[in-house]
Amino acid sequence: MKVPISWLKEYVEIPIPLEPLAERLTMAGLEVAAIERIGDWWDRDRIVVGEVVEVRPHPNADRLVLARVAYGGPEVEECVTGAPNLFPYKGRGRVSLKVAFAMEGAELYDGHQEGFVKTRLKPTKIRGVPSRAMVCSEKELGLSEDHEGILILPDDAPVGVPLADYLGDAVLDLDLTPNLARCLSVIGVAREVAALTGGRLRYPDTSWRTEGPPAADLARVQIADPELCARYIATLIRGVQIGPSPYWMQSRLRKAGMRPINNVVDITNYVMLEWGQPLHAFDYDKLVARAGGDIPTIIVRRARPGETMTTLDGIARTFTEDTLLICDTAGPIAVAGVMGGLETEIDDGTRNILLEAANFDFISIRRTTQALKLPSEASLRFGKGIHPALAEPAARRASELMRVLAQGTLAQGMVDAYPRPAAPVVISLTTSEVERNLGLSFSLAEIAGFLEPLEFRCEPVAADTLRVTVPDHRLDCQYPADLIEEIARVYGYDRIPVIELADRLPPQRANRALELEEKVRDVLVGCGLQEVITYSLTHPAREAALIPGQGGEAQPPAYVTIANPISPERVVMRRSLLASVLEAAAANLRFQPRVTIFEVGKVFIPAPDAELPDEPRRLAIVMTGPRQDRHWLASAEPDLDFFDLKGVVEALLERLHVTGACYEPADHPSFQPGRTARLRLGETEIGFLGEVHPRVREAFDLPERRVAAADLDLEALLSRVPPGWRVEPISVYPAVLQDLAVVVAEEVPAARVRDLILEAGGFLLKEARLFDVYRGEPVPPGKKSLAYALTFQAPDKTLHEAIVARQVQRIVQRLRQEVGAELRG
Amino acid sequence: MLEPLNQLEEEARAALEAAADPGALAAWRTTYLGRRGKVTEAVKALATLPAAERPAYGRRVNEIKEALEAAYEARAEALRQASLAQAWVADQVDVTLPGRPIRPGRLHPSTQTLREIYRIFAEMGFQVYRSRDVETDEMNFTLLNMPPHHPARDMWDTFYTTRPGVILRTHTSPGQIRAMRDYCPEPIRVILPGMCYRYEQITARSEIMFNQVEGLAVGRNITMANLKGTIVDFARRMFGEGRRVRFRASHFPFTEPSAEVDMDCILCGGKGCRVCKYTGWLEIMGSGMVHPVVLKNGGYDPDVYSGFAFGMGPERIAMLKHGIEDIRYFWANDLRFLQQFG
Ligand SMILES: [Zn+2]
Repeated sequence: MKVPISWLKEYVEIPIPLEPLAERLTMAGLEVAAIERIGDWWDRDRIVVGEVVEVRPHPNADRLVLARVAYGGPEVEECVTGAPNLFPYKGRGRVSLKVAFAMEGAELYDGHQEGFVKTRLKPTKIRGVPSRAMVCSEKELGLSEDHEGILILPDDAPVGVPLADYLGDAVLDLDLTPNLARCLSVIGVAREVAALTGGRLRYPDTSWRTEGPPAADLARVQIADPELCARYIATLIRGVQIGPSPYWMQSRLRKAGMRPINNVVDITNYVMLEWGQPLHAFDYDKLVARAGGDIPTIIVRRARPGETMTTLDGIARTFTEDTLLICDTAGPIAVAGVMGGLETEIDDGTRNILLEAANFDFISIRRTTQALKLPSEASLRFGKGIHPALAEPAARRASELMRVLAQGTLAQGMVDAYPRPAAPVVISLTTSEVERNLGLSFSLAEIAGFLEPLEFRCEPVAADTLRVTVPDHRLDCQYPADLIEEIARVYGYDRIPVIELADRLPPQRANRALELEEKVRDVLVGCGLQEVITYSLTHPAREAALIPGQGGEAQPPAYVTIANPISPERVVMRRSLLASVLEAAAANLRFQPRVTIFEVGKVFIPAPDAELPDEPRRLAIVMTGPRQDRHWLASAEPDLDFFDLKGVVEALLERLHVTGACYEPADHPSFQPGRTARLRLGETEIGFLGEVHPRVREAFDLPERRVAAADLDLEALLSRVPPGWRVEPISVYPAVLQDLAVVVAEEVPAARVRDLILEAGGFLLKEARLFDVYRGEPVPPGKKSLAYALTFQAPDKTLHEAIVARQVQRIVQRLRQEVGAELRG
Repeated sequence: MLEPLNQLEEEARAALEAAADPGALAAWRTTYLGRRGKVTEAVKALATLPAAERPAYGRRVNEIKEALEAAYEARAEALRQASLAQAWVADQVDVTLPGRPIRPGRLHPSTQTLREIYRIFAEMGFQVYRSRDVETDEMNFTLLNMPPHHPARDMWDTFYTTRPGVILRTHTSPGQIRAMRDYCPEPIRVILPGMCYRYEQITARSEIMFNQVEGLAVGRNITMANLKGTIVDFARRMFGEGRRVRFRASHFPFTEPSAEVDMDCILCGGKGCRVCKYTGWLEIMGSGMVHPVVLKNGGYDPDVYSGFAFGMGPERIAMLKHGIEDIRYFWANDLRFLQQFG
C-alpha cells in the first residue's frame, strides 16, 4: 500500500516528522518498506509555481511559442517553449495558466534524453530569441515519463510559492501483513497514525445531495446467494460527463500507484484507496438496454456451469459454479469483486451510472482470483475481508464526488440489499488477563486509552473488566489476545520489560534419537569425513540410476510425489540418501581428487495404510580418491577402497558399542560384485557397503576410480545401541604375546578363522589381530596364509608359558578340524 | 718433597685436557686414577714415608686425587655435551616445512549452527523436539489457526503432494501442536528444529528447503516480557554481548500478540549497509504469544495457560555470522565452502 503523506494529512494531523513517523509505524506493525520522496530535490528558490499570462508566437518558428510567466518576481519572464498544450493559447492575449516554472541555474531532468538524466538550466537563445527560464513538463520534474506538454497546475496554485511546497510529497510504501487489511486504505493508515502519535482522526465528509426520483425506482437488487454476498448497495448517478478527473485526484492516484483513466473510474479507485471499499461503475443505459428498456435488476448469484462473459480486459471467460457473478436478467455483467464485464463498461459516451458498493465472501473471491488468475486492487481487498458496513459511506462518498466532479445528479437514497447484517463483536477484557499476557499491569482507564483511538468502544462493566466493542473496520479481533496485541502496539513493544522465564521448569527429558544421531556425526567427523546435507526433493530417475540395467521392467517404487514441483528435477521426496551423496561427490570431484563425505538424514517411504509416509533416517558414506594427498612426507599409496570404508563403519560400531556385526559377501546392483558386503546385526540387515558398480559410477558421472560407498539403515543401527556399558578392569599381570600363522584355503573367510581362534582361545585370549595375509611361495596355490598376533592375559596371575602353549595348541587343533588349517612353519 | 706430587698433578691435568674422545678419557682414567694408576700409586707411597712427612704429603696427595676426579667428571660431561651437540646438528630439520597432513572431518555449517542453538537453549531448559517433514494440511495450517482459505496462508508458498491434505511442512510450527498434545498438561519448554519447504524459485536469497528452529514455552506464568527476556538472552549468546534487540509488531496467525525480532546489524553496527537494507537492523526471528486457539488445539486451556513461541532460520543466522551472501551454498555441498567451517 502506497500512502502519500499529503493525502494522509487530510485525515490526521501528524505531529512528528516523517522519519520518526515511519519508525513508529514500522514498530507498530505497519512496516514502512520505503519512503519515496517527490520533489525533495527541487531548488526552492529556482523552481516555483508560475503563471503563464500570455502566449505569444515565436517570430522565427511556427513550432515554438513565447510564454510570458509571472512568478512573483519584479518582472514577467519570457521563455521559449515547444509545449503543444500552450499552442491553443497563442495570440489570445491575457491568459492564466498555472505552471511549474524553473529559473536559470535550476537542476532538472533533461526532457529530451532517454531515461532520467539531470541537467542545469542555462541561458540560451532559441531561433534568435533569448530564453533563460523554462516551463516544466512532468518528466523534467521527475513526476512521470510525460514530456508531451508542460505540467498545468490547478488554477488555485499560489504563484511564487516554491514548487516543493506546493507539489512536493513523500509516499510511504507499506508492507502489510494479512491482518492489516484495514490499512489497505488511507483512512485506515490515518487511524493508526492518530492512535500512535496522538493526532486526531478526521473522516471525509460523506454527506450527499440527492434529488429527483428515488434510486429504488430505477434499479432493483436481488442477492440469490447471501452466503457469498452479505450486502449489495446500488446508487444511481445521472447525467454525468465523462472526462479527465481533476489534477489533484490524478496526482494522488498516481502517487498511490494507480493510473488515472477518467473521472468516473478515477473516483471509484480514489474512494477505494480512501476507504478500502472497492466499487464498480456500470453504464446504466446499457443495463436498461439489456433489460429491454425495463428497470434493470442486479442479480448476485453463482455462475451456472459453463456460463461465459467477456471481462474488461477483452478476454472471454468461462465460469464454474464456484464463481460469484453479478448478473442482470440477460446474464452476467461482472465477476463479483474481481473484474467488470466489457459490455456494461463505462465509456466516453456514458451518461448514467449504476454504482456498486458490495460485500463479498473473501474465500469465494480468493478462489475466483486464483482460478481466473486475475489479481486486482479490488480482489486484493475483498480477498482479505471487508466489513459490510463500509459499503455505505463509500457509496455516498463516491456518488457525491461524481456529482461534484462529473456533473452528475444523484438519485435519492440507495438500493441496499443487506440480507446478512454483521453482528457487532464484543469482547470482555480484564486487567488481569492483560497482565497475564504482557507482564505489565494497566488500569482500566489506561487500557481504554490505548484502544479508544483505534475506535474500540470501551465500557467498564466491573472494577477490573472492560466490555470492548470492536469497530466495524476490524475483522481481525475476536479474542482478548487480539485486544492485548492492540494495547501492546499502541503502548509500544519496546516498552514491555525484558524478564527471564520464571515459570516452573518442565520435566526434563532426554532426546536419545537426536543424541545418538549427533554421536554418529561426531564419530564420522572424527574419522575424517565431511558432513553434507542434500535436497530431500529429487527425481525418481536419479534414484533408479542406482540400479543399472533395470530398464522399465521393474515396478518403480512408491514415492511421496509433489503436486506442484518448482523444478522438473525435484518432483518427489527421496527414498535414498546414497543417490544424492554420490551426486555431491561427483560435483566435488571436478575440483578435487579426494572426497570423503557422509550424510545423516531422512528418507520418505509412503506407508500403504497411512496418510503420512514413514520418515526413517539413513546414513550414506562415500569415499573416493587418493588415500594420501601429494605431500613431501607422503609415500605413494593406493586409492581409498572398500577397506577404508569398512574401517570407518567398524569404528562407528565400536564407538556406539554395537557388537555382533556380521559382514557377508553380498550381491547388490549398486555395487561391484566381489567387493560388496551386507552388514547384519543379528538377524537385522543394516545395509550394504562396497565399491560402487562401474555402471552406477558412469550414471553419476563419477570418474573411473574406486568409489567406496555405504548405505545404512540408521534406525536399525541405532536400535542396537545398548543403553550403557561396563568398563573391563585392566589386568596388572603381564600379557603374553604370541604370533600364529595358519594356511587355509582361499575360500575360508578371515572372519571365520578369527571367530574360531577367539572361541578356542578361551577367556585368556584377549585379542587376535590379523597382521598379515600372504599368498605365494611357499604357500601352495589356492591357499593363503593368515598371521595373527595373539595376546593372552589372565586377570589374576602371571600366565605360565605352558598354559599359553596349551591354548595355542587348542586353537591350532580347532582350526585344523573346522577349516583344515595348517600351521605355517 | 711435595714437588713430585705437584708435577704429577700438572702432568695429569695436561693429559686430561688432551683427551678428546671417550676412549682417550677412559685411558687417562686408567693411567692416573686406575687401580695401578699414578695417583693411586702416589697414595700408596704414603706408607713408605717417614712419619714426620706423612701429614703434609697425605693432605696434598688426597687433595690432588679429589681435584683430578672432579676434573675428570667435568671433562667427561663436556665431552658428552659436545657429542650430543654434534648429533643434534645432524638431526636438525627445517621447521618451516609443512607438517604431516591431518584431514579433519567437519560438520555441515547447518548442523554446527543447530548445535549452537540447542546448546544455548538447553541451558535455559529448552529441549529438542522433532517432528515429521511431510505433514498434514491440518497440522501445518488449520490447527495453527489458519482454516482453509485463510488469507494468512498466502504467507507460505506451499509444496503440495499428490495425496490430498498432505503437504511438505512450510515451518516447524506443526511440531507445536504435536509437542503440546504429547506433553499436556505439563508445562513445556522445547525447541523444534527441522527441515522446511517452500514453493519458491531458488535464488541467492531464497531456497526451497531450509532449516527452522522454533521455540515453544507453555505454562501458567508466561508473559510477553518473558518472551523478550528469552530472546534477548539468546541473541546475546548467539551473536555477542551488547547486541541490541528490538521487538516490532507483526502478524503470525498462530501467535497473538506477534512480534518480529530485529537485531542491530552485525555488519555495520547499526549505521546502515547493503545487508540491512540501510535500516541498521536485521530481522532474526518471528515470535509471539501462543494464540489461544492454538493452545486449545494443543489441549491447554487458554484461560489458565499462556505461552510464547518463536522461530528462526539457522542458515540465515550462519549467513549473518559468516557473511555468506548466497543461500544456495548450503545444499550445494561444495567442499570448498564446507571446509571453511571449523
Ligand atoms: Zn548493516
